Amino acid sequence: MVKRVVVGAHYGLGSWLAQRITAVIIAVYSLILLVMFMTGRPISYGVWRDLFAQGWMRVATLVAAVAIAWHAWVGVRDIVMDYAKHDGLRLGLQVITIVVLAGYLGWTVQILWR
Amino acid sequence: MSSAAAKKPRPKYLSLSALLFEIRLPVPGWVSILHRISGALLFFPFAAWLLYLLDTSLASEQGYNHVRSYLSLPVAKLGLIVFIWAFAHHFCAGIRYLLLDLNKGIELPRARATSYMVLAAGILLTLFFAWRIW
Repeated sequence: MVKRVVVGAHYGLGSWLAQRITAVIIAVYSLILLVMFMTGRPISYGVWRDLFAQGWMRVATLVAAVAIAWHAWVGVRDIVMDYAKHDGLRLGLQVITIVVLAGYLGWTVQILWR
Repeated sequence: MSSAAAKKPRPKYLSLSALLFEIRLPVPGWVSILHRISGALLFFPFAAWLLYLLDTSLASEQGYNHVRSYLSLPVAKLGLIVFIWAFAHHFCAGIRYLLLDLNKGIELPRARATSYMVLAAGILLTLFFAWRIW
């Protein structure tokens, strides 16, 4: 059996594990959102604004957004590594992915703490 | 000594038509490639679209009403339905992979059965939420 180390640059095992942990965080957050939508009060602007005005909701959404960005980074990087064989193209696509994900996160913070 | 396998022309290169029409993926393969495609769609354009909707709907009551009327357009509802399928499939297939990682359901018959379940769950959830939003 191969002995694998989780931290450091080893076989991508850290990324693999991070993708699974973030997946669980995203699943829990989406299920909470879904239950709130299905069972909550009829949505109006006031209800919607008050929901995202609460501190716990802002923090939970930010945690979910960071988890999604991390998860998407591992996933999109896997796709790019599988299909983009040319080094320059691969690097370019990975940089674009990072910029887009950083942009998403910045936008999320801006929306939550307006 | 000549077997049927020895007479096949080798090497065989993969053309687009071979990828599309000749190679038939097993069911777990379909779950896998659809997991990848749905993940790519969620990364772009759906994440950007949802952030735009969240931004506009939280900015002001006017923006909220704008989003409501925008999402009642058939084309926006179609977009939502594609998003719902991508999310539902990615979610269900993802849970299957988490269980496979824990060595649950790795025998071929069960792996096939759970693949059919994931494909069906994605479609049924999409139909349910499509019915709810239409």
